[in-house]
Amino acid sequence: MSRNLKLKLLSILFIMVVALVYLAPSVVGEMAGFWGKILPQDKIHLGLDLQGGMHLVLEVEGQKAVESYVERMKGDLKEDLKRKRIYVPRIERINGDQISLEILGEKEKFDEYIENNYPIFEEISAEGQGKYQKVILGIKKKQADYLKRYAVEQALETIRNRVDQFGVAEPDISPQGSDRILIQLPGIKDPQRALRLIGRTALLEFKLVDEERSLRDALKGKVPEGDMILYQRREEPETGKVSKVPFLLKKKTLMTGEVLKDAQVRFDDFSQPYVALEFDPRGAKMFDRITAKNVKKRLAIILDNNVYSAPVIQERISGGSAQITGAFTLNEARDLAIVLRAGALPAPVKILENRSVGPSLGKDLIDKGLKSIIIGGILVVLFMVTYYKISGAIADLALILNLILIMGALAGLRATLTLPGIAGIILTIGMAVDANVLVFERIREELRLGKTPKAAIDGGYSKAFMTIMDANITTLIAALVLFQFGTGPVKGFAVTLSIGIVASLFTALFVSRVVFEVLLAKRMLRQVSI
Amino acid sequence: MEFVKPGTKINFLGVRRIAFALSGLVIGVSIISIILHGGLNYGIDFAGGTLVQVKFSEPTQVETIKENLASIGLDRSLVQRFGEKGENEYLIRVEKLGSDLEGLSGQIERTLLEAYGKDGVEVRRTEMVGPKVGKDLRRKGILAIVYALIGILIYVTWRFEFIYAVGAIIALAHDVMITIGAFSIANKEFNLPIIAAILTIIGYSLNDTIVVYDRIRENRRKMSREPFAKVINSSINETLGRTILTSLTTLIVVVILFIFGGGVIHNFAFALIVGVLAGTYSSIFVASPIILTWQERK
Repeated sequence: MSRNLKLKLLSILFIMVVALVYLAPSVVGEMAGFWGKILPQDKIHLGLDLQGGMHLVLEVEGQKAVESYVERMKGDLKEDLKRKRIYVPRIERINGDQISLEILGEKEKFDEYIENNYPIFEEISAEGQGKYQKVILGIKKKQADYLKRYAVEQALETIRNRVDQFGVAEPDISPQGSDRILIQLPGIKDPQRALRLIGRTALLEFKLVDEERSLRDALKGKVPEGDMILYQRREEPETGKVSKVPFLLKKKTLMTGEVLKDAQVRFDDFSQPYVALEFDPRGAKMFDRITAKNVKKRLAIILDNNVYSAPVIQERISGGSAQITGAFTLNEARDLAIVLRAGALPAPVKILENRSVGPSLGKDLIDKGLKSIIIGGILVVLFMVTYYKISGAIADLALILNLILIMGALAGLRATLTLPGIAGIILTIGMAVDANVLVFERIREELRLGKTPKAAIDGGYSKAFMTIMDANITTLIAALVLFQFGTGPVKGFAVTLSIGIVASLFTALFVSRVVFEVLLAKRMLRQVSI
Repeated sequence: MEFVKPGTKINFLGVRRIAFALSGLVIGVSIISIILHGGLNYGIDFAGGTLVQVKFSEPTQVETIKENLASIGLDRSLVQRFGEKGENEYLIRVEKLGSDLEGLSGQIERTLLEAYGKDGVEVRRTEMVGPKVGKDLRRKGILAIVYALIGILIYVTWRFEFIYAVGAIIALAHDVMITIGAFSIANKEFNLPIIAAILTIIGYSLNDTIVVYDRIRENRRKMSREPFAKVINSSINETLGRTILTSLTTLIVVVILFIFGGGVIHNFAFALIVGVLAGTYSSIFVASPIILTWQERK
């Protein structure tokens, strides 16, 4: 054997060993002892469709964040204008993110005040003259865009927090486009519960119950000004029957969940779980003031517009703690504590896409995929040997090495194997032999022209080379486009197909040729068996 | 072993008008089928909606499942058996999404659990795709195919000539149309993985076409005195053995996939079987003869 050939053989061996090393953790499981310290530990990463789990795409309703911001600004503005003695008999939020005002007095003074103190607003229209004017203010687009962007960022952060505390191994939470969030939770067992945890806004509010005015009248449609009706929704655990109890509440929110420091699950004397809240110093002061001012009144604890409880304030509470009771199951209480700790979403989210796969289905699919790979592989191997004899066996060797390379590359590159990805591997088996078929057909042609085995093999490889490159590069173009535009499982297909093409170029053009050359050099090949 | 003996001279170009007519007919049937079905049978990936895959421990009937779903007003949803008969697996598909967090899939899950008990039914997969995402995915799918075709057009023009690229693209469009048509005729659902299948078919069929083109380029130099038609015909004949062989090995694995791959992979493999057959046909009877037809017109 020439030095050159030995080098080629060595390089093939080296590449194969590297591929096997990367592949090993996926096959034998945990690497024992010192192996674990020096060698890669990554197993082939399975997609959600194969290992089970949840794929969620949420849209953050940024416009709602803008609206609630404008609502808060309206409240501030009302107070400020009163202090500045600019008389505004009417101020309300209209069209979502605009404020409509009626001004009595000098409009110039109002304009100047807005310009200096509320630069985020701009005047959209002004009607009327002299002493009475009607003005509509709108939030500036730049400001609105900023709020929306901020809402997405904050939602991302909050959801990450919630998922972390829920305890999911290797979650993937990332922004997608301008207002979407992609969440992938592998191996989750109760997708519905995860969804409730992630998707709820978790806006905690404290409001006073209005006991002076009639709830019955309000229910008939005459809700007093400054009041609102919210319901306490209760589900009986045994029958699943849902009952709704109405409450007449003062609209004004006294406190929100922003001032929470901690929330924990505790148990009462009857082993019923409840959620204990602890406020931060600011919240403790607020809560102290509120309870002191409203002794003997009822304080409603509201989460996402659902009244959880409305206990009577027995006495002033200055310790900075409170509790949410309700007929919770342990999981419900636990999840509630998590969302309260992680904080509210800045805006509600809408579910755009939700796919969950149970673990048993994934296992089924892997089994079926492996079975297909093995049966398909064996048939192709047999076929090649029948058709091309020893040369066919060489192509089969290349094919097996090809499979090892693909798997090793998948583990090494930390690519994700999905169900269409398995299909991609199977397809590669079919197409990988194509390169060898092209070469072998050429060799046969050369032999028919009466060339020596060495000349025929050289001629076959060199003549087929450009054809094989052209054919594979075009397929690679399709695979790369698929990778760019594909999502989830389809992307996995593009990955295995691309790796497969590159691997089959290597095994078919290089490895099988080296095998031929070794056989020739050892004079084991007087005639080409093809 | 040899499928095609050396020196084989089948006159493929002689039958090219018949071949064109046949292709036209099949494509025509495909288009008519798509029109008669009122467009493609989009799965929830593209149409949006809710899908639940359930496995029962005891055999049950489609009608029974529907009756149980009646309590949440979903008795008119699409329920079909999935996979093998003995596996007791069913797909429930609803066009709606449900408004609250729990969504329709949650309601379906709860209703079935109540009806069949915790050990009687297992929800194996739920999918909910909103209309916005469905539209996005559809757009992305079409874009992927268009960009792949443009990339291929540029590459083939660079390596060969523009007219070769046109021939290749026509052959690809031919294969894609026939595959989509077969989906429509079999009334199979058109889903995201099918886009992947179509792109694979594009890659595969192109592979076939390029091999023949390559031979034409080579033979044109060798047989510069011969008429172009003869060059093309010899090229197709010389590569015929390889064309058949590669199609066979690919078909072997795809058919195995079709048989053993299970529910989700089933349609994917079906698309590939049709595509590989159409692709093999088109690289012999469509891609190269089109170049000749073009040259003769000039």
